[in-house]
Amino acid sequence: MPFDSAQPVIELSRLTVRFGTRPILKGLDARLYGTSIGLLGPNGAGKSTLIHTLLGMCPVAEGTAKVMGHDIRKEQRRIRSFVGYMPEGDAYIADMSAVAMVRMMGELSGLPPEAALERAHEVLFYVGLGEARYRRLGTFSQGMRQLAKLAQAVVHGPRLLILDEPTNGLDPAARTRMIRLIQQIRSSGKVHILLCSHLLADVEQICQEVVILKDGWLIADVDLDAQRRCDRRFLDVEVWDGADQFAGAMAGLGCTCSSSGQGRISMILPEGLHLQQVYQTIVDLDVPIRRLSYRTDSLEQIFLRAMESADGGL
Amino acid sequence: MAVYKQQYRPYEGPRTSPIWRFLVPLRYSYAKILQSRLLVLLLALCMFYPCACATIIYLSHNSPALAALRLRSGILPQVDGRFFYFFCTVQGSLAFVLTALIGPGLVWPDLANGALALYLSRPFARLEYVASKMTILVLLLSTITWLPGLVLFAIQAGCVGWDWAVDNAWLAGAILVASIVWIVVLSLIGLALSAWVRWRTAAGVAVLAVYFVGAGLGRAINNIWQTRYGYLIDLGEVMNTVWAGLFRYYRGPGLSPVHAWLMLLLVCLVCIKALASKVRGLEVVR
Repeated sequence: MPFDSAQPVIELSRLTVRFGTRPILKGLDARLYGTSIGLLGPNGAGKSTLIHTLLGMCPVAEGTAKVMGHDIRKEQRRIRSFVGYMPEGDAYIADMSAVAMVRMMGELSGLPPEAALERAHEVLFYVGLGEARYRRLGTFSQGMRQLAKLAQAVVHGPRLLILDEPTNGLDPAARTRMIRLIQQIRSSGKVHILLCSHLLADVEQICQEVVILKDGWLIADVDLDAQRRCDRRFLDVEVWDGADQFAGAMAGLGCTCSSSGQGRISMILPEGLHLQQVYQTIVDLDVPIRRLSYRTDSLEQIFLRAMESADGGL
Repeated sequence: MAVYKQQYRPYEGPRTSPIWRFLVPLRYSYAKILQSRLLVLLLALCMFYPCACATIIYLSHNSPALAALRLRSGILPQVDGRFFYFFCTVQGSLAFVLTALIGPGLVWPDLANGALALYLSRPFARLEYVASKMTILVLLLSTITWLPGLVLFAIQAGCVGWDWAVDNAWLAGAILVASIVWIVVLSLIGLALSAWVRWRTAAGVAVLAVYFVGAGLGRAINNIWQTRYGYLIDLGEVMNTVWAGLFRYYRGPGLSPVHAWLMLLLVCLVCIKALASKVRGLEVVR
């Protein structure tokens, strides 16, 4: 059944999950539409629990959630049929070869045996384990196991790929490769991605939309694409003297300036203004500069602001 | 896909029916089990006693063959409830040994490295997983218990005649029920211990311990307290009581069949509970 793009990929309605009496997810409400959605948050924020709940591994205490329009309380089996899941921790059968395990997982997702075998070879080549596909998984390195996990997650051609910390334990080269693979899968346009990570750089490289969790609360839902589109640039300057004169000149160049006293000026640079012009103004006015720092509105700043914000408003 | 075309391609082909999907892990497990020469040899040995029984049945109805072998007709056992009771006892013991060898390797490899999450994140329920693993043992143990048992019954019926088969139809039912009950109990014990003891050898030893330690402890209890209730923790005695009841064979004073059936039920429930607590997509720390 084709997925209606007007429908949210994931819809959370007062979703509450408890382990015993301890609440883990506290009434989450969100509608996520992005092709690639990032789940961010510090350790213990409830990221993995949210994923497990969407997959039906954690019982829902209150509220509900929908995955591509299917209710997790009523249509669990259906949801699992179009979801591919790459768990965070180890997940392999040590005495099976990579191709046998990936094939079996494909068959469990409903692929006929011959098609599953063909797909197993195909995805193992795709993730870069082609040469090692007949080796037992118990002999694989950490990086190879991560790739094997990715292979089993995509073998059945899922419509939603859930990746829980996919770059865990990978060296820089393997991490870059893993991110490139995920970006390629996303670019195919046939798969939505839900990426759970505490590595901001990974999420920034892959995701369009980011949800930030903290202590079981959803504290921010950010459209990274929109953020990137407005892509605000900031300049913080501290001068020894002539702050007002400098601020006036910068306002003339289209900057939005605010002065906080003691020669400190914060500016939002307009689109098209090059830093070269700022330096030229400084030279022209002969303003003695004490400090100058340039920054963009990065995910890191969004994340830190969300963490610091009491109510999570951005 | 050609190696040079390394790009992601979604699968858009046909899907199988979910009804028979529980047979998938079963197929892979059999492929692995039958790679073991020891197990194949043991399976072959398990057929020795049924073959001997078939020979006895054949000879007992073939006077010329008996004469050729210089055997008296009275020397061979009568094919009745007692005959099949002993058949079940022998084959049941072998089934137990097979379970101790195969059972520990069924659930443990999936739990050891978190592979269970891969099964249960697919359209494959916990119940299907357990059913799949249990079917492995059920099918294997069936080949050495009720299947040869019914073949022996058919041989006897073929030798004696249709009337015997009709008069002794209860024997066929008893073979079937006795074997299936034992298979279910063994399978559940094997799977539960495989799920709880995450070391294959230790799980195998634990299966054997359930039988032998229970038997020793049961007899000790009986001797110390001068009772027969110690037999309740002796799995072999419990099962023999059930079989004796089914085959209408009196073994002397011991457990009552009702107590034996209740004990088996309790063992099954404990094993199901143990499996349910382990066979999960993730371990929850409360």
